[in-house]
Amino acid sequence: MFVSSTPWLGVIVLALAPVSAHAALPADPLGSPMWQRLGTTLFGSDPVRFDDRVRVDFPEIAEDQSSFPVTVDARGIKGVKRILLFADLNPIPLAIDYAPQGARAFLGTRIKLDQRTPVRGAVQLEDGSWLVSGGWVDAAGGGCSAPPASRVKGDWAEHLGQVRGIAVRERDGTHIRLAFRHPMDTGFVTNIPTYNLDTVALSGAGSKSYGTMRIEASVAEDPTISVIADTAAGEAIVLRGSDTNGIRYDGSLAVHDAAPALAAVG
Amino acid sequence: MINRRIALAGLLGAIALPVRAQPLAYRITPEKIAEGLWVVRGVDAPIAMANGGAIANITILATEAGTVLVDCGPSLRYGNALRHAAEALTGKPVVRLYLTHLHPDHIYAAAAFAPGIVAATPQLATLLKSEGAGFSDGMYRLLGDWMRGTEFTLPGTILAADHETFGTRRLRLLPLAGHSPADLAILDEASGTLIAGDLVFHDRAPSTPHADLAKWHTALKTLAALGHKCVVPGHGPIDPTPTAAIDQTRDWLDWVTATLRAAVAAGEDNVAAGNVAIPARFATLQSARYELQRSVSHFYPGLEAELMPRIDAKR
Repeated sequence: MFVSSTPWLGVIVLALAPVSAHAALPADPLGSPMWQRLGTTLFGSDPVRFDDRVRVDFPEIAEDQSSFPVTVDARGIKGVKRILLFADLNPIPLAIDYAPQGARAFLGTRIKLDQRTPVRGAVQLEDGSWLVSGGWVDAAGGGCSAPPASRVKGDWAEHLGQVRGIAVRERDGTHIRLAFRHPMDTGFVTNIPTYNLDTVALSGAGSKSYGTMRIEASVAEDPTISVIADTAAGEAIVLRGSDTNGIRYDGSLAVHDAAPALAAVG
Repeated sequence: MINRRIALAGLLGAIALPVRAQPLAYRITPEKIAEGLWVVRGVDAPIAMANGGAIANITILATEAGTVLVDCGPSLRYGNALRHAAEALTGKPVVRLYLTHLHPDHIYAAAAFAPGIVAATPQLATLLKSEGAGFSDGMYRLLGDWMRGTEFTLPGTILAADHETFGTRRLRLLPLAGHSPADLAILDEASGTLIAGDLVFHDRAPSTPHADLAKWHTALKTLAALGHKCVVPGHGPIDPTPTAAIDQTRDWLDWVTATLRAAVAAGEDNVAAGNVAIPARFATLQSARYELQRSVSHFYPGLEAELMPRIDAKR
């Protein structure tokens, strides 16, 4: 009985929270040493609450600390206008700042991990308040400060500007996945300054926006982006992107219906 | 849910360490498989503090010329314990230690043996020169004091022939590839036992960090045709039949390949691909979810380049 009363408490807090102007940050359930400082930087004086409906999913193991998959799924929450993905103890904590439009509250990518760290998603509602969730990830060190593979190999410039993409219409919306070739230099490798894919915007027929995002160098080399948009069948999606040297990453892709043959293989 | 479990594991780890009073010690329990052939079973789990990294199967062979080992475990401490246990079992000193492939859970204990008796194929020896020492940081991070004093050492003997004979025991050496760029499988002709290294897993999901799936397929075909009686897999229980574990390994790898290809082609992200339902026929495989998610990490970027079309203006 005691347990079942907690959701009601949540509703009361939810109803009251937007009223307070300079809300103090709530205590961090993950006990992160950076929470207060980072929370102030990212959320300013906006009200913040922890909410498990913001689903932050990642694998059991950080197999590769330079490329760790994460999804932030807040589709169970109405009125999400912005999604942040960040890792408290990364030297560049923020990975992506995404403003979904005509799209579901969902974001997937691969990030770097410089050490064991909380990995979190935060979503902002129409009233300006933030809902936050996440978990600790154990990782070997150096994901942000080791040279990218394409720098070691020396072929990064040959592939710069290449973008691959797929858009498949499923029952819950059109799953759009983009894969860029980019070294995503963090600036922590000797004599290689910060250089990263910076902005990505998607739009559809009649310039209808499907959202924009700002991307930091803490996103993994050769970044991938997954979003779910409410497109029409057969609609052409336009990608407009740029990096911190002003190089453009423009392209277009057609929305396909889910191929039954492929689905059957799985 | 996963997030919570990881956080909890971290907390438990932090609490558990200071109260451990006993010095760390491996328990080496050889199980007899055939005449003069024993296996020390690894724990069918990922490398972790709780198991000291003793997750690989180790084979002990008794011969008139001395004791032969196939693989030796993760750490100096394990190697010393293994040597004592094996020599007590057979009453003869270890005269040969075969390394099956580069992964540290199988070979980092080599430092406990005289370099001259540690043997690898030419392909593996070359690979170990560049890659061998690189696992050290990761092993110390995961295993802490279990690893004390462990330094990677290169094999002192390069295997040129297709067999070696110790007394009356003839061991057929099969240099293959697929699980890694250089895998060694060994057929003990006396007992008909195939010691497969990590080319074969059994009731434990195969791991793929250096895998070439096409080559692995070919290697499994070669192994299935050897005419052996039973199989010592690299991980998991002994297979008393010739091909059940070989077939299971192939079945899993084929399923992972098909599943990841379909996921990339359907525009699914890495997290979703690592969370797909695992078919019921793999219910007996330990660490299945863990290895599937590792395989997503290993194969997804390559599959993206292969299966996702270019959409940029330069295409």
